[in-house]
Amino acid sequence: MTDQRSQAEIVRNSLKRRYRKERRFRLYGLLAISIALASLFTLFADIINKGHTGFIKTTITLDVTLDSGMMYLDDPTDEDQRSMADFMAPIIASLQEHFPTADSASDRRALGSLLGTYAASEVRDLLIDNPDLLNTTQTIELPAHDRVSVYVKHADNPRYTIKLSEQQQRWVDELVEKGVIDTSFNDVLFSRGDSREPANAGVLGAIVGSLLTMLVTLIISFPVGIAAAVYLEEFAPQNKITDFIEVNINNLAAVPSIIFGLLGLAVFIGLFGMPRSVPVVGGLVLALMTLPTIIISSRAAIKSVPPSIREAAEGVGASKMQVVLHHVIPLAMPGMLTGSIIGMAQALGETAPLLLIGMVAFIVDIPDGFFSSATVLPVQIYLWASSSEQGFVELASAGIMVLLTFMMSMNALAIWLRKRLERRW
Amino acid sequence: MNTMNSGISAEAENQDEPRAASVAEHKPEDTVIEEGKTVGKPFSDDPKFKLRNVEVFYDQARAIKNISLDIGRNEVIAFIGPSGCGKSTFLRCLNRMNDSIDICRVKGSLALDDHDIYDPKRDVVELRARVGMVFQKPNPFPKSIYDNVAYGPRIHGLANRKSELDDIVENSLRKAGLWEEAKDRLDATATGMSGGQQQRLCIARAIAVSPEVILMDEPCSALDPIATARVEELIAEMSESYTIVIVTHSMQQAARVSHRTAYFHLGHLVEVNETNKVFTSPQHELTESYITGRFG
Amino acid sequence: MQTANLLPLVLVLTLVAYGLAYMRSRAVAAPLGGIRNLKALPFYYAARAALWCAIPALIVLAVWSGFEGKVIQSIVIASLPQDTWPDSPGQASLILSQISNVAAGNLNPDFVPDHIAGAASLLETTESRSENFKAILVVLIAVLGATFAWTRVAPHINARKNVETTLRRIFFVCAALAVLTTAGIVFSVILETLRFFDRVPITEFLFSTSWSPQTALRADQVGSEGAFGVIPLFTGTLLISAIALLVAVPVGLLSAIYLSEYASKRMRSTIKPILELLAGIPTVVYGFFAALTVAPFIRDLAEMVGLEASSQSALAAGLVMGIMIVPFVSSLSDDVINAVPQNMRDGSLALGATQSETMKKVIFPAALPGIIGGILLAASRAIGETMIVVMAAGLAANLTANPLESVTTVTVQIATLLVGDQEFDSAKTLSAFALGMLLFIVTLLLNVVALKIVRKYREQYD
Repeated sequence: MTDQRSQAEIVRNSLKRRYRKERRFRLYGLLAISIALASLFTLFADIINKGHTGFIKTTITLDVTLDSGMMYLDDPTDEDQRSMADFMAPIIASLQEHFPTADSASDRRALGSLLGTYAASEVRDLLIDNPDLLNTTQTIELPAHDRVSVYVKHADNPRYTIKLSEQQQRWVDELVEKGVIDTSFNDVLFSRGDSREPANAGVLGAIVGSLLTMLVTLIISFPVGIAAAVYLEEFAPQNKITDFIEVNINNLAAVPSIIFGLLGLAVFIGLFGMPRSVPVVGGLVLALMTLPTIIISSRAAIKSVPPSIREAAEGVGASKMQVVLHHVIPLAMPGMLTGSIIGMAQALGETAPLLLIGMVAFIVDIPDGFFSSATVLPVQIYLWASSSEQGFVELASAGIMVLLTFMMSMNALAIWLRKRLERRW
Repeated sequence: MNTMNSGISAEAENQDEPRAASVAEHKPEDTVIEEGKTVGKPFSDDPKFKLRNVEVFYDQARAIKNISLDIGRNEVIAFIGPSGCGKSTFLRCLNRMNDSIDICRVKGSLALDDHDIYDPKRDVVELRARVGMVFQKPNPFPKSIYDNVAYGPRIHGLANRKSELDDIVENSLRKAGLWEEAKDRLDATATGMSGGQQQRLCIARAIAVSPEVILMDEPCSALDPIATARVEELIAEMSESYTIVIVTHSMQQAARVSHRTAYFHLGHLVEVNETNKVFTSPQHELTESYITGRFG
Repeated sequence: MQTANLLPLVLVLTLVAYGLAYMRSRAVAAPLGGIRNLKALPFYYAARAALWCAIPALIVLAVWSGFEGKVIQSIVIASLPQDTWPDSPGQASLILSQISNVAAGNLNPDFVPDHIAGAASLLETTESRSENFKAILVVLIAVLGATFAWTRVAPHINARKNVETTLRRIFFVCAALAVLTTAGIVFSVILETLRFFDRVPITEFLFSTSWSPQTALRADQVGSEGAFGVIPLFTGTLLISAIALLVAVPVGLLSAIYLSEYASKRMRSTIKPILELLAGIPTVVYGFFAALTVAPFIRDLAEMVGLEASSQSALAAGLVMGIMIVPFVSSLSDDVINAVPQNMRDGSLALGATQSETMKKVIFPAALPGIIGGILLAASRAIGETMIVVMAAGLAANLTANPLESVTTVTVQIATLLVGDQEFDSAKTLSAFALGMLLFIVTLLLNVVALKIVRKYREQYD
């Protein structure tokens, strides 16, 4: 009894120290969670901070007199004449109206460089479509040069270096005040392919490339994945071959993605002579990569179908295959779909293997088929992020936002499907 | 050990099955139990635990219905009753093991030596150091035998020197009747012992912190008859220095080891009395039906 | 006809075969007194016809499409005048790309030698001929298959058995595709690796401490093959992975512990999916973050305290990679911790241990093997990760343990060596495959060991 009393005393005395430890331990846990959450938050904040300006374009709206003499152009439909014509001249002339004092050759050059490289082709395209506009005055919205864009959007941001001369900066300030230079929603981003110039580059080409690639991946990996899962869960005999297949699947799930790129390069391109940079090869490689994910989640879905349902069907004389096709697969479908969508979302964000099969090429055109050269959204982001032009950084971040939006909607769809179709037994 | 254990646990489970029901003209299930009315002797002159109007809820469901009971100092009291009658839930209130279940709420007044157990200021660690527990399934930690027994003294800082710790371990193992079997393999891992040895190890582990009370939740249900006999002997020896509360499915066990027996039914405490009285002349018809094996 | 158009055609044929066989089976059954006198339901006769129509045709289509490129290429090369035959695969691919550029109209035929222009027109005719043959053959086989199945719609034939066996075999082939993929990986890296070791001795590859495959400027240069010692790449990989694990293991493990032991249900159900978001973010996004935000930040920070840091420091790549694998570590640890039986927790709590004491002294030691397995899996992730290091780590192979310096990794080298136009058969290109093999072996070993540990651990508590 005395023993118990004194021990209770010892315990009581140790409590303060032990609770301190307990609190410290909890604090470490909270700290860990906060670090993880803070990183996530910083990541998103950083990308939004860098990228929101990617959705804004800078334009210069001018009343351009399409003077045929100034352009050396009589007939806009004549290709030979067009190739020699100077479409820049009327634009610069119209800019000069705002700054009558700037009339030296170097001033003209400095004024002209406020406009993007594609300003001239905008005027040309306008004239090709409407030859009657020659010698009229039109209000035209032209893309500003990247430097102007950077100056207008990021003048106070120390991350960006302003590459305009003092003179040009004064001009731009004045034009902004007059409303000639303005910013608006960057529709170019969603209507064009890649370009050497940020003002003219868009993600549409990459989005279409991604869609084509994902379509190939889906068509292959979904049926094959489900068939493989069904085989392993329902038909596979307990033997060495089955074990070997299972070990293979588990290991493939953890093979680094770049290795699949090597496989695509050596087998699909090297051995089968398939073309480089095309969605078919990309889709095949990503399908092989996502297969293990789909198989593993589909197997889990099949496992969760209770044996009682199988027994019930077998009890009325259904064959094993009928049981599987009529009962097991439909009941497991929500789980299989969820797993597949998650696998597809992963594939959508995958970059490394596609680098090796040539989907990093600089491609301006929107891909029009499974065998046309294409790039995909994450690779486009990679290309822009490693580009030296300042304007591409915000485009890369904007691209990331587009990519994340796609992925999150896919994941949301998966969650919704799971909630919607979830069955409880 | 495995083969033996599985055979025995099957037997132990059989005890949960309803006993051969000789259908009587009067069905005991129909008996209306008046809430809070316990027949027999629920109270004691020198209570270790003073429990009044205890109610336990799981979410909305009331698992324990208005129970009042005293548990005497250095007494062995057995809780019996059919499965799901709440005896384990009630037992777990006594050292607040229910705290870890989110949906569980306890009402009423529960006092250990006149101090409220559920006082928010009450320290659950200290409480559990005083009220130890032995579980249904032996749960040794995956460590050596020595480390298992030394675990409690170590976390509570009960030994200043290694030799003191050695003494505590030896004493506890001796008290649990395990010393002779274990002294040569103190460094062997505890999970390699037989089920009965594991359970006695868990008892040794519990008494190593010198608790005042030991709660035992069906300590023998996973053991074979020989191991059960050893544990029962142990309980008898321990009753000299500890207050012991034991939940059991076996009425024979209750009869053998306990001084008093409490009969639980559907969350009610129906009858409490000296053990021999409960088994020879039960006062409540439900108790009688149960001990005569009319239902289980 | 293009393969892309052939596929829908085969599909249509298959549907037609299905419909015809279905109608025929009903027609056969009608005089006998209904479908109950057939050995199988009409559906199975129809399905069998569809399978007979589709499978042989698709196999032929796949094989033809798989090899036609190579075959046409060799026909075109063989048509060239003898004296212009390429002597190396590299030259061959150069000539071929010239020919195909002419054929595609990207290159004016007037600007190339006559034999190239001739080969280009040959390429065009052979390709179109191949397309036509392929289309005819595939359609023919599909029709033949369907007809055969159609004739065999008879009451005494059990079509269900046939269909089920075929389906089962198809399922098996799908499952075996995993083995084929592994075989493909092994095949593709081993062949090229062996060719690489013909040029560069394996001992140099494994034990030399300098790596600069890009130095070969001229073919006749002394030491034109550059230096191929993998050690600096390996130490670079290890350095970055180690930094990543130093971040991910404590953060992941502690958050898993907090969430499973301390957090309220509501907190758990909000925080867990948010943490898992980290796992869903594409690696290119992490790469962007590491290269454009974290790396400059670390460089500025180091400058402020008077240290010199590269703008492509190992630390930046490692930190960001660590954040990426946090959810991986935490979900694995969560599984493992929850696998420790509840009665172990009860046993410790009933002795008066606090939660943290229970965690540190009982649960954690019990879960340790599983946690180690999880860490090994995370390590294999880190070693194989590509985009973060491609974007944020350097290209120069420095043998250093200083996290502020720039290092390069195995994956970075694979990617940079194989991106863009490659000279086939140069030691430089082949070395990428040797690196790939090394990476494959290392990650495979880590995974096998980790999975074994985890499985053993699971069995212990089952």
